[in-house]
Amino acid sequence: MNGKILEIQNLTVSFDGFNALNNLTFSMNTGELRVIIGPNGAGKTTFLDVITGKVKPTKGRVLFKGRNLRKFSEHQIARFGVGRKFQTPRVYLNLTPRENLELSCNRQKNVFATLLKPTPSGERQTVKSLLETIGLTAKADILSGLLSHGEKQWLEIGMLVAQSPDLLLVDEPVAGLTDEETMLTGELLISLAESHSIIVIEHDMEFVRQIARTVTVLHEGSVLCEGNIEQVQSDPRVIQVYLGSTSEEAAH
Amino acid sequence: MTVFFESLFNGISIGAVLLIAALGLGIVFGIMGVINLAHGELMMLGAYTTFLVQNAFKALGEPWFSGYIIVAIPVAFLVAAAAGLALERGVIRYLYGRPLETLLATWGVSLILQQFVRQVSWVMCIQIILFCLLFFGGLWVMKRRPDFERMRQWAMVVILPLAAGIALVCGTILGQIFKLAVTKPWFGAQGVDVTAPGWLRGGLPLGSFQLPFVRLFIIALTIICVVGIYLFLLKSPWGLRIRAVTQNRSMSACLGIPTQKVDALTFALGSGLAGIAGCAISLLGSVGPNTGQNYIVDAFMVVVVGGVGKIVGTVVAALAIGLVNYIIGSGILALMVSPGNPLFDFLTFFATTSMARVMVFALIIIFLQLRPAGLFPQKGRTVDA
Amino acid sequence: MKPNKIADDATALPPWEQLWAKIYTFSQQQPRWFEISLVGGAALFLIVIMPLLLSDFRLDLLQRYLALAIVALGIDLIWGYTGMLSLGHGIFFALGGYAIAMHIKLQIPATASNQLPEFMNLYGVTKLPWFWHPFDSFPLTIIAVFLIPAILAAFLGYLVFRNRIRGVYFSILTQAATIVFFNFFNGQQKLFNGTNGLTDFQTILGFPISDNKTQYGFYIITVLLLVGGYALCRWLTTGRFGRLLVAIRDDETRVRFSGYDPTGYKVLVFAISAALAGIGGAMFTLRTGIISPRAMDIAFSIEMVIWVAVGGRATLVGAILGALLVNYGKSLFSEKFPDIWLFFQGAMFLIVVLVLPNGIIGWLRTEGIDLFRKIIRRPRYVATYPQLEEDPEIQRERETLEP
Repeated sequence: MNGKILEIQNLTVSFDGFNALNNLTFSMNTGELRVIIGPNGAGKTTFLDVITGKVKPTKGRVLFKGRNLRKFSEHQIARFGVGRKFQTPRVYLNLTPRENLELSCNRQKNVFATLLKPTPSGERQTVKSLLETIGLTAKADILSGLLSHGEKQWLEIGMLVAQSPDLLLVDEPVAGLTDEETMLTGELLISLAESHSIIVIEHDMEFVRQIARTVTVLHEGSVLCEGNIEQVQSDPRVIQVYLGSTSEEAAH
Repeated sequence: MTVFFESLFNGISIGAVLLIAALGLGIVFGIMGVINLAHGELMMLGAYTTFLVQNAFKALGEPWFSGYIIVAIPVAFLVAAAAGLALERGVIRYLYGRPLETLLATWGVSLILQQFVRQVSWVMCIQIILFCLLFFGGLWVMKRRPDFERMRQWAMVVILPLAAGIALVCGTILGQIFKLAVTKPWFGAQGVDVTAPGWLRGGLPLGSFQLPFVRLFIIALTIICVVGIYLFLLKSPWGLRIRAVTQNRSMSACLGIPTQKVDALTFALGSGLAGIAGCAISLLGSVGPNTGQNYIVDAFMVVVVGGVGKIVGTVVAALAIGLVNYIIGSGILALMVSPGNPLFDFLTFFATTSMARVMVFALIIIFLQLRPAGLFPQKGRTVDA
Repeated sequence: MKPNKIADDATALPPWEQLWAKIYTFSQQQPRWFEISLVGGAALFLIVIMPLLLSDFRLDLLQRYLALAIVALGIDLIWGYTGMLSLGHGIFFALGGYAIAMHIKLQIPATASNQLPEFMNLYGVTKLPWFWHPFDSFPLTIIAVFLIPAILAAFLGYLVFRNRIRGVYFSILTQAATIVFFNFFNGQQKLFNGTNGLTDFQTILGFPISDNKTQYGFYIITVLLLVGGYALCRWLTTGRFGRLLVAIRDDETRVRFSGYDPTGYKVLVFAISAALAGIGGAMFTLRTGIISPRAMDIAFSIEMVIWVAVGGRATLVGAILGALLVNYGKSLFSEKFPDIWLFFQGAMFLIVVLVLPNGIIGWLRTEGIDLFRKIIRRPRYVATYPQLEEDPEIQRERETLEP
């Protein structure tokens, strides 16, 4: 199945007159790993909010696998195959990592199936192998609240994978991680990209360089430029946005 | 036409009472996110304060008596604000960010306050003062010792029962010596009555219909309070600080705004408004220990319908609920339909004060289906992070 | 703590400790059967032994507390596990009570001149209102006792949860609902005898209600229902469903992004909890012989919450224990010092919230265990990496390494 997994057309989101996203157009192919960068307030998180259905577009539309997401709520969009990792790790602190993963792994998410059907053994296996992947096997049965920040980040990525989505939205996965953990996270994302489409939002340029193939720069709610990492870094507009008015200095 | 004006006026005057009760609540809930179930009891304190001020002025004689209400309003404000301040410092500040726990704790406080006004007598006053002196004095002395932290628990275990015991024994002895003179409750479980001063009795005739002065007074008082709060929040430096803390607590703290003081101030302000509301409702009827309970839920409904954190919302919602309540409760709607019509039976069924509440609640639930966040919701990324 | 190790050591111990070790091993290896036998034992104790120990008056009180404990289970289910604080369970409690009371009021001897419940005469009602008819039948009444509260809760819950109204907003709305229902039942003299409520019960299924044997029967049924309620809640809160409830409590938004729709779960749990309240209300009414709108008092609904808070949220045993303890304390206090009870109750709200946020059971599980182990001179439990701070060897090493 090749083609566009996500298409966003002329998207505007405004909060009380302030346009968090402004006439944004964006598209990505199935199987792509895309990194989105942008200064603070560029609308990165709102961008994810719109895709996941947390915020409804004021104008324009979001197509996921060709389907307009406007009239669907968060859980329906999640079931279509959009998974999201939050900026600060949001795992269920009063459940163990294993239980966290089991909840995400569950295929039948309606009330009575959850209540009455036993957990299939296939899912148990998936959870077990996921625990190994994210290195939490030893801590599988203590409360997640006791995990370190990095472990929570990984657990949340694990939950995301357990959901087996087609499109992963990853918001700042390496915030607050050590260099080594950052490296490992990068490798994990690259290996995931083999079978999933991924959007990563990140500030850490080192990390972006490690994983990025195509980079999109957001600025004031619209796409500023797009291309591979070298192109983006040498783009004068990007430099201006990040470093201030270089054009004025150039004029001197 | 008269019917129209009459119902408009009555609706607005019900709305004004709701609004003045909900105003303080809206500030505390909207700005601090604190559910204060003791708000009604703070109103009750305001009402009882009015009663006391009235009695004091009665002793002074007539020319003074007619002005008591002017004095009672600020006094009620101060008393309720002081009570609110104590509540915030003593209980609520430990519970920020835990709204459900705050709700339970303030309910506990409201029970205590209710029983307090039922029972308060000279003996009880003395007991409480004695206990506070002994307990906090004892703690103060202990705190000066360098190893206080280590023995904190033991100090509490010893001082608390000791202080309570001494206060209790002293109270009992006083009760034995002076008998009823000191043990008689000040107010008792029965309601007390506040008489409106002469110039508030009667009304403004308007055709066949009379606008009672008391109602007009309450409407005026409400308007003054709303405008005052509005100006305070938007124009004064403390208002600016309050708004800053609402929007970003940690950033405000970094900028040197004393957030704890702001919290205390906001809460005291909201409580003070409850005191004024209490003053207003004392003019409407007898005041009892349960008075506050009658208003609290309606006041919360106003806040929920209005949308949290906007004064405009509270104003509009209060007036709307007041009007709807009156129109349904008075049976005016039923008069408009001819008897025999099934709608007539339906409307007369709800045409009592208590049944009007049932209907209003149903309407609120329907309204929340359309506008879950109230009339004037807050928008943006910060909501429901 | 490995159970096998203890069992090995056990041979050298005195017999009572051997027995203790055996029980411990059993509890570790067969936790389910251990729990079943504990609950069964407790139920048997309540049914067989308690009546011998207590006077009729005290047994009467005990049954009331047990009926209230059923309600507490329901509150714990939605508050402790799912994080919804309902201040409106008085409605469901009263609905259960009214259902059974209406059935009893219709048990009119065929010879009586008036075939209507007697209060209806006072208000000039000549025909039985239509919704009274189903309560003529006992099976329908039994179904109504839990189904009416459940349906009402599901309906209200759906309207509220659908719009993502939650937290304190939900609490306020349920509180308002309580007032509304109070007003409704209070205002309808012709339908429900208004303020006075339904009282003066004669017979149920032909048994005289005030008879001691009938009351003992009610007592047994209450105990069994409590055990059933416990089993139901236990089943709901373990396993995936229970974990999802906890997840909804802790982070509802996250649950949505995982592809679950919390609305359905919340509606179901709210309905079950309401059904439990209805059952508790019915059993309570059978014992007290009266149901009136006072059961829909706001204060009573909030009181229910404090039972759970005192016992310990998110522990079912805590809910039962809390309901029994608080109500026992209430009878004790209000018999001896009726004035002080409200002060005490208010203080209890404050203490539980400020000092004992996890309730008695929660305290026992954390500080209580530590205290106990300190007394019997065992090392403290440490939550994460066990014994590093407590292990004598490590301490010794540390002392030698850090002069």
